[in-house]
Amino acid sequence: MSEDSRKSGSPATAGGNGPVVPARATPLEGGFSTVHVEESDKLNKSVLHGLWALTWREIRKAYQTPILVFMTLIQPVIWLGLFGKAFNLGSVFTGGSFNIPGLNIPKSVLDQLSVTMMQSTFGTSDYFSFLAVGMLTFVLVFTCMFSGMSIVWDRRFGFLEKVLGTPVSRGAIVMGKVLSSVVKSFIQAAIVLVIAVLLGMSVTDLTPQGILGTFAALFLLAMGLSSLFVMLALRSTDWQQQMAIMNLLNLPLLFASNALFPTHLMPGWLQDVAKVNPISYGVDVGRQLLLGSPGFNSLGFDFLYLAGFAVLFSAVGIVLSWRLLSK
Amino acid sequence: MQDAQTVEKLRSAPVVLTVEHLTKVFDNKTKAVDDVSFTIREGEILGLLGPNGAGKSTTIKMLTTVLKPTSGKAEIGGYDVLKHPTEVRRIVGVVPQEYTADEDMTGKGNVILCADLYGISRNVSEPRALQLLKLVELENAADKKVSTYSGGMRRRLELACGLINRPRLLFLDEPTLGLDVQTRSAVWDYIRTLKVQYGMTLLMTTHYLEEAGALCDTVAIMDNGRIVKVGTPDELKEGLGGDIIEIGVRETNADISGIISSVALVKSVKSMSGYYRIKAESGEEATPAIIEALRNKGYHVTRVSLTKPSMDEVYLEYTGRKLRDAETDAEEVRKQRFTMMRARR
Repeated sequence: MSEDSRKSGSPATAGGNGPVVPARATPLEGGFSTVHVEESDKLNKSVLHGLWALTWREIRKAYQTPILVFMTLIQPVIWLGLFGKAFNLGSVFTGGSFNIPGLNIPKSVLDQLSVTMMQSTFGTSDYFSFLAVGMLTFVLVFTCMFSGMSIVWDRRFGFLEKVLGTPVSRGAIVMGKVLSSVVKSFIQAAIVLVIAVLLGMSVTDLTPQGILGTFAALFLLAMGLSSLFVMLALRSTDWQQQMAIMNLLNLPLLFASNALFPTHLMPGWLQDVAKVNPISYGVDVGRQLLLGSPGFNSLGFDFLYLAGFAVLFSAVGIVLSWRLLSK
Repeated sequence: MQDAQTVEKLRSAPVVLTVEHLTKVFDNKTKAVDDVSFTIREGEILGLLGPNGAGKSTTIKMLTTVLKPTSGKAEIGGYDVLKHPTEVRRIVGVVPQEYTADEDMTGKGNVILCADLYGISRNVSEPRALQLLKLVELENAADKKVSTYSGGMRRRLELACGLINRPRLLFLDEPTLGLDVQTRSAVWDYIRTLKVQYGMTLLMTTHYLEEAGALCDTVAIMDNGRIVKVGTPDELKEGLGGDIIEIGVRETNADISGIISSVALVKSVKSMSGYYRIKAESGEEATPAIIEALRNKGYHVTRVSLTKPSMDEVYLEYTGRKLRDAETDAEEVRKQRFTMMRARR
């Protein structure tokens, strides 16, 4: 309000809501510049202001087209519904499907065998629940990958150029991408969790605290992953190259983790990779908190590792944005 | 638009932009901008005129802090572009060559997003966005998605975005690239409005000669990264050595160049095949004098033409006539093609 009243101090501009096109008698005096000087001290110079504007833009854009949200959910749902349901390992032992002629093993023993085998291998009584937690990170990885893609589009469509011309902090440009993809992957993961429960994920150990804790871990994971993908895209103008990077990275990232299979079944070298892969730590938190499985790390270590990953990669992302966004 | 009073006023106005020995050498050793110096005063429209790849856009990108200069200095409103990039960005507006609006958002949404990026609070930016959209006659399309906009509408939206922070200096990079004639003249009108009603200071690049001639107070002709000539459009035209008169007589075998050069205003005479090409200081006065002189000697004038030098002649005089396809870089060409393609929608 004071803004407007100040403005009307210059005689030609009448009132706050009047048109900004005053007929000036002396065209070269005053004009925009004097108004600007008066207003400049009223600006909100906080980094968060620009960061929020950029983040909100991305989120709003993403949910303007619900069909796209739906499409990104198809893949994890197929994995869950088809792969997860079909790969019903427990039933190999149960219900008489497994019997050795001449040895009359009682059904109860076989059932017990099955449960023990599942527990010791997957840490839960059914593979579907095991996979469901892995799928939470699966959808997270995919959503985060597109954060890199969107910076390429912004560059290509000139939007990035415009943003670079404004006083908004370069770090905010990168973090806007990162935060929006964190929010998007949160929403995706929540939907996948609901679908998994509907499809029969074990809910015996599900608690609000567990869900909260899991999403805290997913937050850190998403933060680090999107920073990584944004970083890879900072200088790129070529979306095909970006697609190639995404395709190159997504399956190795998932297979070389405990998202689909327990690591202790893997060959040693792959186990080593899975131990470095931050996705394993996110999944480990999820399995412990949502399914009550024994983890391969303590929760504290998992969180520490994920926090380190998130802080390191977003810091590197911000530093690179200073150096790489303008040539 | 060049009356003596305006010119006088401009010369005494405070300096907004100073550029000293600005140079940009890219990684591949090409000197895109080579030791460029100029100033812009408040209320002035300076046009950088030159062929593709002359270094105009690179100059603008350095001044708007998107590119870092290799050497040299530039100050806008007292702020050094290298030392205080954020302050510089705060006081300048940029309308880049490309279409930069977010297509998935509405026109108004885009302007308000720009305001947010400048840190302008919503209670200021909302009414201001509407005022600016009205200024560029987009108020009826304000709530439509930009993807439905035509090229001209997009260009106008860019203009509104560039003005949202009430800049002290507005950069316009090829403001009419790819636009049809009607839209182009509409954009010219907005630029004139900005100048006349707001006293806006502008730096624009163009490779359209008539655009530079029609809008700019000062034209700097750029070629190969250097500024080869600076002056008002009139000065540049006069600098060419005057108007061109072509005259032919019925007595084709006689040599009449002696008679013509004896006329006071004539500077040079050249005999062409069947006619004479004359450079004279003031064509309007020289032409009747020449005809009079010829008639007194008994010659019969059969044809006369008078050409005032246009920006075309000025441009060709200083940049030469050779084609320079090879000199632009691929990225720049791709962007320009992309812009033109989108303009034609």
